Amino acid sequence: MTFKSLVLGAVLATSGATALAQQFVALPSYRVGPYASGGAGFYGGIIDYFNLVNAAGGVNGVKVTWEECETEYNPSRGVECYERLKTSQGGATLVEPLSTGIAYGILDRIPQDKIPMTMLGYGRSDAANGKVFPYVFPLISSYWSQAAAMVKYLADKNGGNLKGKKIVHLYHDSAFGKEPLPVLEALAKQHGFELVKVPVAPPGSEQQAQWLQIRQARPDHVILWGWGVMNSVAIKTAQRNGFPRDKILGVWWAGSEEDTVPSGDAAKGYTAMSFNTPGNYPVLDDIRKKVYAAGKGNLPDQGRIGSVYHMRGVTAGILFTEAMRTAQDKFGKGKPVTGEQLRWGLENLNIDAARQKAIGAANMFPTVKTSCEDHEGSGAVKVQQWDGKKWVAITPNWIVGDRALVKRLVDESSNKYAAEKKLTPACMK
Amino acid sequence: MFYREAGQFKTTYEADGQILPIRQDRIALLATLAVAVLVLPFVATPYFLSAILIPFLIFALAALGLNILTGYAGQLSLGTAAFMAVGAFASWNFVYRFPGLPILAAFALGGLCAAMVGIAFGLPSLRIRGFYLAASTLATQFFVVWCLTKIPALTGGSASGVITAQKIVILGYAFDTPQRKYVLVLLIVALMALLAKNLVRSNVGRSWMAVRDMDVAAEVIGIRLMRAKLLAFAVSSFYCGVAGALYAFAYLGTVEPEAYSLDLSFRILFMIIIGGVGSILGSFLGAAFIVLLPVGLNIVAHGLGLPTSVASNLELMVFGALIVFFLIVEPHGLARLWQIGKEKLRLWPFPH
Repeated sequence: MTFKSLVLGAVLATSGATALAQQFVALPSYRVGPYASGGAGFYGGIIDYFNLVNAAGGVNGVKVTWEECETEYNPSRGVECYERLKTSQGGATLVEPLSTGIAYGILDRIPQDKIPMTMLGYGRSDAANGKVFPYVFPLISSYWSQAAAMVKYLADKNGGNLKGKKIVHLYHDSAFGKEPLPVLEALAKQHGFELVKVPVAPPGSEQQAQWLQIRQARPDHVILWGWGVMNSVAIKTAQRNGFPRDKILGVWWAGSEEDTVPSGDAAKGYTAMSFNTPGNYPVLDDIRKKVYAAGKGNLPDQGRIGSVYHMRGVTAGILFTEAMRTAQDKFGKGKPVTGEQLRWGLENLNIDAARQKAIGAANMFPTVKTSCEDHEGSGAVKVQQWDGKKWVAITPNWIVGDRALVKRLVDESSNKYAAEKKLTPACMK
Repeated sequence: MFYREAGQFKTTYEADGQILPIRQDRIALLATLAVAVLVLPFVATPYFLSAILIPFLIFALAALGLNILTGYAGQLSLGTAAFMAVGAFASWNFVYRFPGLPILAAFALGGLCAAMVGIAFGLPSLRIRGFYLAASTLATQFFVVWCLTKIPALTGGSASGVITAQKIVILGYAFDTPQRKYVLVLLIVALMALLAKNLVRSNVGRSWMAVRDMDVAAEVIGIRLMRAKLLAFAVSSFYCGVAGALYAFAYLGTVEPEAYSLDLSFRILFMIIIGGVGSILGSFLGAAFIVLLPVGLNIVAHGLGLPTSVASNLELMVFGALIVFFLIVEPHGLARLWQIGKEKLRLWPFPH
């Protein structure tokens, strides 16, 4: 590649960008580094779905475009990527970093740049309050909703009562692992169960001491709040210590094929949370037929289509395009919307069962209905179990935890943030 | 030719002892500073300012801190990121707990806290040196990060341990745009670099170099080893602490323990090795190399239309190869290359 062709390519790329009506999404992704398997699946899913939408003519004729930038899950690189992507191709109208650290790093920048940020199932739980965080969307379910749902599920499993039970919270000793503590502590008081907190130093490749401690504590349940290599080590160490795996309930970042397959036999019977129902859906068949058959698939291995991370990415893609559609309904069909308009679209999402069916994703994720007070839009989750070969949903219905408690904590925490930052909480028009 | 010194006479001791004895150097430095202060904020894009220049300056400051300790005083350290973390968290706490405190004072106090931690962890240097000292400063790295995740009071009781940095407001003027943040960082870094340059030329700096070159001999000629070594740790940590505070407040916008990992310590160590150990200019050149090159490679790979996973692995490979190449060609770093270049230019066109 010579310098001349490089310049020529750049010129062609920029002239192409102005000619068509398109909606640009910034994807600060990671496909190398310690968390690459999660990143590749998730961003692969988003891109596969965007390709499917574009193959069908786009959102009311507006093509979705995107650009990736490798962050390696590093906050500093992530901020650089965000700054680079936000002005690319005429300006980003949406950003999804899939990293709590990066999300925190750009949290103060997005309201200034007027670019909405989504955080599917991670990040700041209190960002669900749209009056304080108008541009942040922890869509479907936050960590706090998940923790509340976990306790609800465990209570149901014990005949509706957790009094006198003992639950271990085995967590990644980082911001991510500590996030659910306020909810778990409040619920422990309310239900009368004992909460034992056992931290694991990141990355969590050595857990012998922790599992000895757990064996001595004889808990009724273990919540595994892990990420990356920590999960399969936990499952294998549990087996070595003779702790039944069906008593372990993983967070949704501990519930993918990447966590269970390396654990082999040890993972059989292990349960984890999910905000997707595992299985096959017409939309996944469409992706196989229209995207992969045309050679535009993003994953090198077609076998990963429909895997946990990939399906999460497809779900994110569906939410993004639905937000674009919603925004276009208000601000004019067939035209790309601005970041501010897309923010409105994300705040007024309503993806009910009928809409999911039309997309070919009936019951793939819970009904999402957002508003200014509730940027999460659902809070419902499922529990899935590894049967040795694949994940199976073991709760037929979506579980919702103590919403009132979560709402109270969200309001308390976000109002504290608003006071620190001297913001006046208000809904945006 | 380019460095023709003919006619530049020095008639006073002051003139002979100035930082840049050659007139061309003085002009070049002033021109660079003028461009940096008067031109760049107005012409550079916000991306270039906030994602390239600000981190470059902040890392240069941290590298300067490490260079004082390792390059001038000869004490190996792997705890740079920990000292940065102390500076960042201390500054955050000062602003959080004393609402009326000016932010520049908070940065300075953050630096002082880092200096105190530096002195505490510099104590082993009185007994051990070299790789053994490196291992003991490694303990700083783990201890500080452990403290920050374990003691909720240090993070203001935040549930997740990640806190957002306060706004930078000086005398009612908010430094909230990339341009303003850049100018603030630039002024602080330039001032501290000047200070460092003068410090290493002074009595203190000479005692550090004596300790570095042969500490027994230094003691024999009357340099107090304990004072010199601990002062080096204190000054170095102060620089790192201020750099850490700037990293949190002016670049990342958040204060979190994970941003100050061992990885960052290594990167700063690479900066001084590549830039030049024992050189103020080297700290800047090294920081530029480590910050700019990956971004540059990434943009080029992106322009070539490579898939991102291939691009980032290629980036690591090229980066690694360049480091090896540079260190084989010039083990004393970029600063030495620049010095050689300058000497060649002085003789040009008649080399001998």
